[in-house]
Amino acid sequence: MGKIKVASVWCEGCSGCHMSFLDMDERLVELINKGLEINATPITDLKIPDEGTDIGIIEGAVATDHHEEEVKMMRERCKIIVALGDCAVFGGIPTMRNYIPREELLERGYITTESTVDGKIPTSPEIGKHLPKTKAVNEVIKVDLYVPGCPPSADAIYYVLKEVLEGRIPKLEGELLKYE
Amino acid sequence: MEKKITISPVTRIEGHARVTIHLNDEGKVENAFFHVDQFRGFEKFSEGRYFAEMPVITERICGICPISHHLASAKATDEIIGVEIPRTAKLLRELIHMGQIIQSHSMHFFELAGPDLILGWDADPKIRNVVGLIQQNPDLALKAVKLRKFGQRIIELVAGRRIHPTFAVPGGVNSSLSPSARDEILSGIDEMIGYIKEGIKLAEDFIEKNKELCDKFASFPTGYMGLVKEDGSLELYDGKIRFMDKDGNIVKEFKPQYYLRYIGEKVEDWSYLKFPYYKPLGYPNGVYRVGPLARLNIADKISTPLANEEFKKFKSINNGKPVEGSIYYHYARLIETIYALERAREILEDPEVMSPNVLEVGEVTNEEGVGVVEAPRGTLIHHYWVDEKGTIEKVNLIVSTGHNNWAMSKAVEMVAKAFVDGKNLKEGMLNRVEGAIRCYDPCLSCSTHAIGKMPLVVELYDKDGNIIDVIKRD
Repeated sequence: MGKIKVASVWCEGCSGCHMSFLDMDERLVELINKGLEINATPITDLKIPDEGTDIGIIEGAVATDHHEEEVKMMRERCKIIVALGDCAVFGGIPTMRNYIPREELLERGYITTESTVDGKIPTSPEIGKHLPKTKAVNEVIKVDLYVPGCPPSADAIYYVLKEVLEGRIPKLEGELLKYE
Repeated sequence: MEKKITISPVTRIEGHARVTIHLNDEGKVENAFFHVDQFRGFEKFSEGRYFAEMPVITERICGICPISHHLASAKATDEIIGVEIPRTAKLLRELIHMGQIIQSHSMHFFELAGPDLILGWDADPKIRNVVGLIQQNPDLALKAVKLRKFGQRIIELVAGRRIHPTFAVPGGVNSSLSPSARDEILSGIDEMIGYIKEGIKLAEDFIEKNKELCDKFASFPTGYMGLVKEDGSLELYDGKIRFMDKDGNIVKEFKPQYYLRYIGEKVEDWSYLKFPYYKPLGYPNGVYRVGPLARLNIADKISTPLANEEFKKFKSINNGKPVEGSIYYHYARLIETIYALERAREILEDPEVMSPNVLEVGEVTNEEGVGVVEAPRGTLIHHYWVDEKGTIEKVNLIVSTGHNNWAMSKAVEMVAKAFVDGKNLKEGMLNRVEGAIRCYDPCLSCSTHAIGKMPLVVELYDKDGNIIDVIKRD
C-alpha cells in the first residue's frame, strides 16, 4: 500500500459531504496511518493542492467565478477528480435557483426581506460574481469519479479512498451507491 | 499608494470568504475587511414549495448543523398548523439538538481551532491541524474523534441518519425512540464527560498561561443575544430571547415570534453576509454577538450541575460582567458541551421519552410561522409565510453566523492592527487574523484552520484604484 495525497475543496454546497468525510471517525485515523496524506483541504492548513496530488475531491456545485477558478486549479493539479455528493455530481439543491433570474434572487436576499433595513445588493469586486447558471462540476472540468448522495455515506467515502490507497479503481455498487 | 494583503479563501466559514488587510506607506494596517463570498438564495427559491418540505430543504443550508435548520424549520411549520407538539416529540427533537451541539462544539475545539492552542499559532502550518494532532498526541486526537462521533451517533440513533435526516415534521417527529438506542447513548455519557473535561483542562491551562492575551485578543464591547429558559438559565432548544447591552444590563426579553420588532439587518457592499443589529439602538450601536460566549454572558445559571460549576468559573473571569475577549468563545463552547451531555442524560432518563405519542396532526391554520433555536453558533431564525394551501409565499432567514458578522469583522480588524506588520510579514501574524475568525466558529466549521501555507497576495494600487504591482508568495 503506497502513499496517496488527497486534496479537497467546497464550492456551492453545505459542507455536509466534508462532514460525511469526517464521519469516517476512527477509520480516518486508520487511513492516515496507512498512507493517506491530507493536502489542501478544509480540515488542514494548506490552501492550494500540490502539483501531482493524487485525488482532488470537489464538494458543491459551481456557482461563481471564484468556484470556477478553484475547480480548474484542482483539475490542473490533481490526477483523479472526484465529484463528491449530489451538488457536485448533478448540481443539487443550489441549481433550484437556476429557474429564477439572478436579480430577483439578490433583490429578495438584500432588499425586500422583512428584517433588512435600507438594503442594497453588494457589488464589491472582493466577492464572487454569480455565473448565469449554477452548474455541476462536469460542466466545467472533466470528472473521473462520481460519488452521489446527499451526502454520500462515510462508508462510501472510506471505500473510495481505501481502494485508491490499495491501487485499485473504486467501483461503487449496492449500498454504497445512493442517489438522494 | 495602498498595499493590500488578501487572505483567500478563508476556509472555515460556510462557503467562501476572504480577508483583505489594507496597509499604509509605513506598512501599518489601516483597516481590514472580512468579505463573505457566498449567496445561496434559499429565501427565494423556497417560494412555491409545500411548507412541510421546508425542514428537509433548509437543512441543506448547512451540513455541519443540519439539525439546527431542521428543527428551526420544523418549529416554524408547527406554528403554521397551529399545534402544540407532544412532549415526547419535543424531548426527542431536543435530544438530537444536544447531539448536534456535542459533535459541532467538540469538533471545532479539538479538530479545528484546537491545534492553534495546542500546537501554537506559530507552529509549522504543515502540522498545525488535526493530522498534526493525531501524530503528536494520538490519545487526545482519538478522544476528540470519539466525542464528535458520539454526538453524530445520537443523531443517527434517534433520527435515522447523521446528516440531513427526515425526522422532524410539522406537529412532531416521525418515529419514537427504541430502548436499545436509549441504552446505548446513556451508557456512553460518563466517558464523554470525562473527555470534554480534558478539553476544559486544556483551555483553562491556555487561559492561565496567556491571561493577558485572552483578555485583549479581539476583545471589544457589544450587546449579547440568545435564548434563556423562563428562570434565566442557559437554553439551547426553546425559550425566550434575551438581549443584553454592552454594559451587561438585560434590556429586553421577548418571544422569538416578535423578532422583527427587535432585529434589523444592514447590508454592506463588501459582503454577501448581512449585519444584524438590535433595532432600538440602531446600527452600529446595536451590534451584538451570539453563540457560546454570548449565551453564557446572558445566562444567570446552567440547569445541570457539572456545567453550572464550570459556568461559575466563567462568570468569575470578569467579576460577573460580560466576558468580551473572543478567545473565551472556545472555553464557553466546552462548557456548553458538558451541558449538552448532561441534558441528553436528563432527557433519556425522563419516563416520557419512550412514549409512542410523537405526532400531533393538524391542517394549515396560520398564515405564518417562526421557528427559533440556539444552533451551535447562535440564534437561528426561520420565518415562513404560506397561502391557505400551505404553499410557501415568503421566507426570511437569519442564520447564526450572520449575527456575529459585525463582531468577526471587528475582530479581524483589531487583530490585524495588533499583530500584522506589513514590512516584516510572517505567516503566524496572518494565522492570528484567521484565529480571530476561528473564535466564532463560523459555519462551515469543517473548515479548519485557515491559513498555513497560504497563497498570500499583496496588491499595490495607485490612487485611482489601478493595480500597479502584485507580490505573490506560496
